[in-house]
Amino acid sequence: MAFIKNYFLRHAQNCIGSLGNMTRQPFGSAMTIAVIGIALAMPSGLNVLVRNGQAVAGGWEGIRDFSVYLKPGSALDNASELQDRVLQLEVVESARVISAEQALADLQSDAGFSEVLAALDDNPLPHAVVIRPRPDATPEALQEFHDDLVGMAAVDLVKLDTAWLERLNALLELTRRGVWIAAILLVGAVIVIIGNTIRLDIQNRRAQIEVSKLLGASDGFVRRPFLYTGFWYGALGAVFALLLLSVSLWLLSGPAGRLVELYGGGFQPIGVDQTTAAMMIGGGLLAGLGGAWMAVARHLSVIQPTV
Amino acid sequence: MIKFDNVTKRYDRGREALSNVSLEIDTGELVFLTGRSGAGKSTLLKLIGLLERPTRGQVLIDGLNIGRLPARRIPRHRRQIGMVFQDHKLLEDRSVFENIALPMIIAGYSQRDIRARVRAALEHVGLLNREKNTPSQLSTGEQQRIGIARAVVARPKLLIADEPTGNLDPELSLDIMNLFQRFNQVGVTMLIATHDLGLLKQLGGRCIVLEDGKIESHENSSI
Repeated sequence: MAFIKNYFLRHAQNCIGSLGNMTRQPFGSAMTIAVIGIALAMPSGLNVLVRNGQAVAGGWEGIRDFSVYLKPGSALDNASELQDRVLQLEVVESARVISAEQALADLQSDAGFSEVLAALDDNPLPHAVVIRPRPDATPEALQEFHDDLVGMAAVDLVKLDTAWLERLNALLELTRRGVWIAAILLVGAVIVIIGNTIRLDIQNRRAQIEVSKLLGASDGFVRRPFLYTGFWYGALGAVFALLLLSVSLWLLSGPAGRLVELYGGGFQPIGVDQTTAAMMIGGGLLAGLGGAWMAVARHLSVIQPTV
Repeated sequence: MIKFDNVTKRYDRGREALSNVSLEIDTGELVFLTGRSGAGKSTLLKLIGLLERPTRGQVLIDGLNIGRLPARRIPRHRRQIGMVFQDHKLLEDRSVFENIALPMIIAGYSQRDIRARVRAALEHVGLLNREKNTPSQLSTGEQQRIGIARAVVARPKLLIADEPTGNLDPELSLDIMNLFQRFNQVGVTMLIATHDLGLLKQLGGRCIVLEDGKIESHENSSI
């Protein structure tokens, strides 16, 4: 019983003792923690940004309007007729006629175009119908509907403009992958940083390690304080990273709020949620212990007492 | 307790530090090991502390052939032996108390036991008032006494010392040896290597003389 109590007591002593050792070189320790924090904050920050981007893009997912342009010279009645016809179809939710005059007026209100349009004698724009399909329409049904529209006599051109959305999604997916790769590389960098710091620590405490081994210290006894040091570097680095990320997001919250307003407040910005925080702390601890373990396995066994 | 059976130790460079050494030391004995530098005294002690392993032959401690002990068992073996070194190997950045406590911390004793026993060991070597000092604040003789206190604090059954008086003047040397004799009287088996023949003449007792890695003679000049 006493043995078990002593065992935990020794672990607690090592745990606190390692933290105490770090405060003996406050500047060096703070630098190491800062580097670890920055390395962990970067992929986490990017991850938050990408997730916000995906949330925004997701809000646009339902918008798959068809723009149907009638042949030049078609009457406005043709447009109304088309509107009436498609509204009876099952896949269609709504349809709206945009007359050539209305389209011209819209364009003229756009500063850059008004001069160009003024130089033209006639209105070059056709009448158009904007059709919004039902959100639950299958891609096959939409494709069929699209083909029907193209086949109509009065129709000149049908545009289903989701390509840009697909490109955006592909880009976001690419970025998301990139963030993962960056995260893995940066956690690798944290492992190397901590490993190197522990290696220097081992070298500085060579005498202590030698004497301990002479007095019968087991490998575990000698290893323990260094593993706890790695643990602290990882944990404190992760906490610092969370702090950096929170401050960064706070700095971005003003412009982000305006952006949300511009989109009609339809989406809620994503901050540092529990999963991200847990992953950062977990990543920090894993890297801390991993780096310490590597340094210990590599450098501790080399130190053997000499008399 | 200690038995060397035809032990040979050859280092990498090919020189034999010990050649076919056989000896036996009983429990509770105090034995001196002497001879010129390079005669093999340190090597013999290193084989007992498992800082080196024999090339041939057996080193038995309490009947256990320690030459065959796997590396992971070495720490436990060392915890059963107190070791005193010529340069005492104290940690300069730790207090006297912490230095003496180290073997007990390693062995996993409780805080209360550690405090009590470290104080007792300090009292034995007459340095109770120095527990808060660092080793560098002490004289060479005092440092060596701290080294001895550290070697006996965990109550080993065997104590080995390699030139413990190598850096001390004759008066302090006799002081240190008397300290060893007192620990021997309470039952600790001791093997002390020294090249100080004058000191040995004063002390008497069993003495093993090594020369060129071989046992030159066993002397038993008790007073």
